[in-house]
Amino acid sequence: MSTPTLKQYELNKYSKIYSLGACRGELVVTNDEVAGPIDSSDEWIRQRTGIITRRRAGADTSMMDMAVVAAKEAIEKAGIDPKEIGAVIFSTITHPYTTPSAATLLADLVGANPAAAYDVSAACAGYCYAIAQADALVRSGVAKFVLVVAAEKLSDIIDPTDRSISFLLGDGAGAAIVGPSDSPGISPTVWGSDGSRWDAVSMTGSLLEFRDGTVGWPTLRQEGQSVFRWAVWEMAKVAKEALDVAGIEAKDLSALVTHQANIRIIDEMVKQLDLPESVAVARDIINTGNTSAASVPLAMHELLRTGEVKSGGYALEIGFGAGLAFAAQVVVLP
Amino acid sequence: MALSQADVLSGLAEIVNEETGIAASDVQLEKHFTNDLDIDSISMMTIVVNAEDKFGVKIPDEEVKNLETVGDAVNFIVSAS
Repeated sequence: MSTPTLKQYELNKYSKIYSLGACRGELVVTNDEVAGPIDSSDEWIRQRTGIITRRRAGADTSMMDMAVVAAKEAIEKAGIDPKEIGAVIFSTITHPYTTPSAATLLADLVGANPAAAYDVSAACAGYCYAIAQADALVRSGVAKFVLVVAAEKLSDIIDPTDRSISFLLGDGAGAAIVGPSDSPGISPTVWGSDGSRWDAVSMTGSLLEFRDGTVGWPTLRQEGQSVFRWAVWEMAKVAKEALDVAGIEAKDLSALVTHQANIRIIDEMVKQLDLPESVAVARDIINTGNTSAASVPLAMHELLRTGEVKSGGYALEIGFGAGLAFAAQVVVLP
Repeated sequence: MALSQADVLSGLAEIVNEETGIAASDVQLEKHFTNDLDIDSISMMTIVVNAEDKFGVKIPDEEVKNLETVGDAVNFIVSAS
């Protein structure tokens, strides 16, 4: 008697981003408000980082609250029933529970229960990692629609006296619906990591050390200069590779949407990529700050909302940060 | 063949000028990058990467903080070349 072969789902040839959703922390925090504890000034912060304000969530606004708002906007704009969502991928470094995941709760809150649901911890590369996964899940037929959410309440893990990163950080959530497409909407992702530089962006201690009283509440810090060099010159190579793999050139882009880490990184990367002036460059960091995984979808959402770019053009999105981890892909703007 | 101090100083002055707008003539050996030339750590890193390209040397991240003056940088590059 012969052994039957394993069935497979029918493949979808292509996937695309159907829609985006966004939610920023409700507080608009100026440089003057954060400058005191780091012995700095509005002028210094603007010059070093480009930031004028950062958005922060108040005490009564959780990461999940922001995630739900962003997710519901994406679902509504996609024009789908949340029950059609086959998987929920939640990228975050600020979910305050070891378990259960943020994704399962979010799925329930937005009407996507019983979709598969899991969290991704890839810091500032998290949204682009999740888009890579959503693309693969949709094309393999495992999920018809995938809800990708990147949400952070970084103000929960900030030491206001830290000069390396605290004043850059903001709170917010971005979301995307990924689904099947008749034409290519997401290019192959170029991604990776460098764990030899695990300490470059890290916490001041582990939860176990905090439990045992050997460190205070763990907060985020970074080796700024070293991260700057990696983010500009190494990530410019990744960005170029993503364009090559997508089969397009920089001049074919409508937009460059990088992780909003620091305006100096964005500006230097634009130089390294020799971007023509016709390409819009996302600089949402100026008003929103650095929201880790949420920064790419928030920045893309803002470019579309303001009309700076139009649907249908190509955007190169690239996330990079703690891990170190990075991911880039070219997408059709929803 | 090792580069001369004069060549490195001149090349470095050009790089500093391109990155910061500071006149090349102000980039002298005894000048402190931060205290005298007011070059911040991010611009410093751009200068370091451009110097690596120009002079064909490697300047590791952990070495950058030791390069406090223009002379420190020039001497490092000369010895690494």
